[in-house]
Amino acid sequence: MNAPAGSLLVAEDLRKAYGPTVALDGAGFSIHPGEIVAVMGPSGSGKSTLLHCLAGIVVPDSGTITYDGRELTAMSDAERSALRRGEFGFVFQFGQLVPELTCVENVALPLRLNGTPRREAERRARTWLERLEVDDLAGQRPGEVSGGQGQRVAVARALVTGPRVVFADEPTGALDSLNGERVMELLTEAARSANAAVVLVTHEPRVAAYSDREIVVRDGRSRDMERAV
Amino acid sequence: MTIARHLHGRTARHPRPHSMYTPRVYTPCSVLGMSIGHTLLGLLESGPRHGYDLKRTFDEKFGHDRPLHYGQVYSTMSRLLRDGLVEVDGIEPGGGPERKRYAITQAGVTDVERWLATPEKPEPYLQSTLYIKVVLALLTRRDAAGILDTQRSEHLRMMRVLTDRKRKGDLADQLICDHALFHLEADLRWLELTAARLDKLAAAVTP
Repeated sequence: MNAPAGSLLVAEDLRKAYGPTVALDGAGFSIHPGEIVAVMGPSGSGKSTLLHCLAGIVVPDSGTITYDGRELTAMSDAERSALRRGEFGFVFQFGQLVPELTCVENVALPLRLNGTPRREAERRARTWLERLEVDDLAGQRPGEVSGGQGQRVAVARALVTGPRVVFADEPTGALDSLNGERVMELLTEAARSANAAVVLVTHEPRVAAYSDREIVVRDGRSRDMERAV
Repeated sequence: MTIARHLHGRTARHPRPHSMYTPRVYTPCSVLGMSIGHTLLGLLESGPRHGYDLKRTFDEKFGHDRPLHYGQVYSTMSRLLRDGLVEVDGIEPGGGPERKRYAITQAGVTDVERWLATPEKPEPYLQSTLYIKVVLALLTRRDAAGILDTQRSEHLRMMRVLTDRKRKGDLADQLICDHALFHLEADLRWLELTAARLDKLAAAVTP
């Protein structure tokens, strides 16, 4: 696959197996700054493994991943961790907020890990909670808020560091239609205004409809529908 | 006039396209698939109106990006008048059809009631064009999965348009777009299921 010029994150010919199970079998991917790309496909097709490889969480067995001109696959664990903290944001299906921390502390956490003083981190966290329309929950713990509210807090946490890429793995999978829709609206609006690219793994067409284009993963291989048509 | 005659009257002038993946359900303004006659009748229930007023109200509430033509309004009103479902409540000086003010009759009210109480046909789209394409592709050893992928992409393209319109629109826009979005989503579920069953389908349909 030849990546189009100006791509921020490019993967080529990725292969990854877990024991005898082949998860990726020559998958490719590319995304431009500020672009929202849906990764679709049936369960077990390899789409989550693709996301984990792109985000530097999982190292592929072979193939290359290039982020902003740097080869991700050649980086050390520490370098990839630093990249994830500084440049990437994450939203998962079940929020994965820290239950002992309040919502504002959860959102401020990535900034604190990067060395931002507490007061400044929480000020910025509150700004994001406001943008996600959940500033009234700042002092509450994740166990005290609804699923939809928790996901908004998770989106705020993903965007608080000003990431260039947000990885969202089934971000509305645990929500009803109305809440899921609102989370998608807020996520995509916030990402667009911050010019962050979004890699959106989903099997739901209504969620994928918030993307600019989609790639389909099947049996570990990907198909870029924009360039296929 | 019967309900069927209203519907058929419109269908004859605006036949639906052959391809079953384009009409009614998938147009953003799917509400136009309904009977214009019944809708105009319903709008008259709140009080007599001129033809241009009916058109304006229809466009405001249901027309969106596909407003009614004046010709549609006046031909529909002539038909309703002929069938005794409306009557002319007054004519303003100057003559011409646009000067007539229409009022609904009791027969018209009954007709609207009957139409509202009659459920719409679910139309399950059995033997769809897409199914035929998939089977033909399998029979001729072509890329059936590719056909499904391309169709998914086309559906998603339409879903993006609707999602964007929904985001910018009012509640009425949102509900109309949601209706179309849910139908498209149902198609996509079928696409996924068919994609997952292509091997079985190939074995079943190929000699």
